Amino acid sequence: MDVSVNTTPTALELKGLTKCFDRPAVDGLELTIQAGEFYALLGPNGAGKTTTLRIVAGLLKPDAGTVSVFGIDALKNPIEAKRLIAWVSDEPMIYEKLSPFEYLEFVAGLWSIDAATAEARARELIDWLGLGPHAHERCQGFSKGMRQKVALAGAMVHEPRLLILDEPLTGLDAGSARQVKDVLIERVRGGVTVVMTTHILEVAERMAERIGVIDKGRLIAEGSLAELRRQVGTRGANEGANGGTSVGISLEDIFLELVAEEGGLA
Amino acid sequence: MSHPATLPWFARHELRLFWRDWFSMLTAGKRRREPVLLTVFLIFVAVIHLVAYFVVRPFAEVGITADKSTLVMVVGSAFLSWTLMLAQAIESVTRAFYSRADLDLILSSPASARRLFAVRMASIAMGTTMLTTVLASPFVNALAYFDGPRWLAAYGVLVAMGAFATAVALVVTVFMLRTLGPRRTRLASQVVSAMVAAGFVIGVQAAAIFSTGNFSRIAFLSSDSVVALAPEPGSLLWLPAHAAMGDLGALAVVLAMALGVLGAVMAVLSAKFEDHAAAASSEAEPGRRKGRQRHSFRPATTMLALRRKELTLLRRDPWLLSQTLMQMLYLLPPALLLWHSFDGGVSVLLVMVPVLVMASGQLAGGLAWISVSGEDAPDLVASAPVSARSLIAAKIQAVLGSVAVVVTPLLLALAIPEPRLAAAAALGIAVSATSGTMIQIWFRAQARRSTFRRRQIPSRLATLAEALSSILWAGTAALAAAGTWIALVLAVFALMTLAGAWAIRPREAHAV
Repeated sequence: MDVSVNTTPTALELKGLTKCFDRPAVDGLELTIQAGEFYALLGPNGAGKTTTLRIVAGLLKPDAGTVSVFGIDALKNPIEAKRLIAWVSDEPMIYEKLSPFEYLEFVAGLWSIDAATAEARARELIDWLGLGPHAHERCQGFSKGMRQKVALAGAMVHEPRLLILDEPLTGLDAGSARQVKDVLIERVRGGVTVVMTTHILEVAERMAERIGVIDKGRLIAEGSLAELRRQVGTRGANEGANGGTSVGISLEDIFLELVAEEGGLA
Repeated sequence: MSHPATLPWFARHELRLFWRDWFSMLTAGKRRREPVLLTVFLIFVAVIHLVAYFVVRPFAEVGITADKSTLVMVVGSAFLSWTLMLAQAIESVTRAFYSRADLDLILSSPASARRLFAVRMASIAMGTTMLTTVLASPFVNALAYFDGPRWLAAYGVLVAMGAFATAVALVVTVFMLRTLGPRRTRLASQVVSAMVAAGFVIGVQAAAIFSTGNFSRIAFLSSDSVVALAPEPGSLLWLPAHAAMGDLGALAVVLAMALGVLGAVMAVLSAKFEDHAAAASSEAEPGRRKGRQRHSFRPATTMLALRRKELTLLRRDPWLLSQTLMQMLYLLPPALLLWHSFDGGVSVLLVMVPVLVMASGQLAGGLAWISVSGEDAPDLVASAPVSARSLIAAKIQAVLGSVAVVVTPLLLALAIPEPRLAAAAALGIAVSATSGTMIQIWFRAQARRSTFRRRQIPSRLATLAEALSSILWAGTAALAAAGTWIALVLAVFALMTLAGAWAIRPREAHAV
């Protein structure tokens, strides 16, 4: 099959994405993320964030809709799309009986990366994430932070163009969280597109270029922080709340207001 | 209503957990399966009673008296059951020390740890007794039916056996904790428990092979040489047999001794329960270990990377390896038979064929579960640019390759005297191992590798299909090796089993 990655500036495009379990988890979601963007997907628990990202990563099949990754139809050509994607979940799934070095070797094998190239990248990532002293220890007994860093290194060893992270900072201490954030920012500077869900709104506020707020499986607001402030400010002015000004409104305020309007938070 | 944190209160709590655990194990947590479960249980009880009826009748017809031959048979069978009880009790006691489910909560509360320990050990004794009682009761009932109700006293002996097995298991586990330390005890107890369970069975079979030239334990226990070596009927060694045969005085002594030993062991060891549980807790998270010092990546295709990973993980998990290969222990008797009867002719060696085929099917099923359902990083492999078909193919290759490594030496040994039998066995092994693997793939359900021993819980159907397929392929191979066309009939049944398993496989396993 001839599948070529085009040079489209669009990294990810979701159209009418729908997935139902016992109720709709993702409900006709429309989302476009540009190449090289750091995009944060926010939403209350059960909003459909993880389901959306799992569909993009090829871990779930949607009931309807399309998923395009750098112009590749990910539902028709999942293997070609997966070559460009890396997925990191909030619960790092690594092999306890393998060392970080061996884990990275395995991941490189899965993505069919040349051994010498992969090894050089692995060494760089191990140093970068401060895993050097533990590179040849088995992962059993590693802390949550170390396991997350191993998983992150695994996600980057095959140099994906789209990095999808589901709550990557959950449970990390300040030092580990800083290391992970630094690595992600560095990757975005290098042209990688990062899509991340997080409940730590401060992280989204500081790192993301664009923020999408999802609730009940639908995108209810999207834009840069300033744009979101304007949206809420405008709505406040229309409704007489906040005096119609957005000055001083934090992302937390914006998020709570948006979600409360949708009835997403009690 | 009992007061909180008292002995009865803990007993009620423990009983509730015990009952729910058993019930969930039997119904796989699905309440709609209750009527099915009840029906299956009643059929099982009826069938096992029928089997017991026909096993016991010949003995009852000639008259059962407390002579040496009967005493050897009763005590031998009881000891065989007791070793299985001991193995189960060692596992349960170890789990009681290491399981963190509610231990941290209770030990951090002001409640008495000694009371919890007492109730938990009593619960283990009860569980151990119950399991053996379910299997032994048809024989006890059949004996009572043919030879009078005096045999109902055997239920008392079963209670004594459960209590004594728990006491010994406690002493063994605490001894290991003190001498080997908490880190090694968990694995050591698994090995000891398996050796105890398999040791006596295999030992008796080995003795039977050397003395009578076949596998029959009954033939061995009733053989003249064994009866001649046994002490006279008045010996204290026969006390449990006399108790089981309705001697109420002997029963009282046996019960008092077993319960007394359990009580004394619990009284002595309960003081240190908290210390041992705390020590085990420190090892609940395994320590870090250096991997093999290899400092360069090896070239690998996706398939090779997957196969290497499966084999490395298996090799580095001694507990899992021991659990998987434990099934291979049961190949020792046929191997002994092969060695003993090297020039004994086709009729003797024929028995090797079904045993090898059966063991291979079970081994492949176990390894397939580890590889497919026990995948530690399912999201990682599912998000890799590899088709689901290739992923499964790599796992099947790793499983079947491992089975081949285990059975090839035995096949080669069989091929020297009987190449035709070896060929039949090889074909049967290939089909049986592939069937066991496919069933596990059809019924895959994500689980942690540490739950390997309870892998049958999510799907009893998969376990049943795997066992049935292994048995039917074993029968097919044996009949084919014997040169009878009836092999085809069994092969059709085996294929029907596979078709049935495929038809009822859960569809959600194939969603992605």
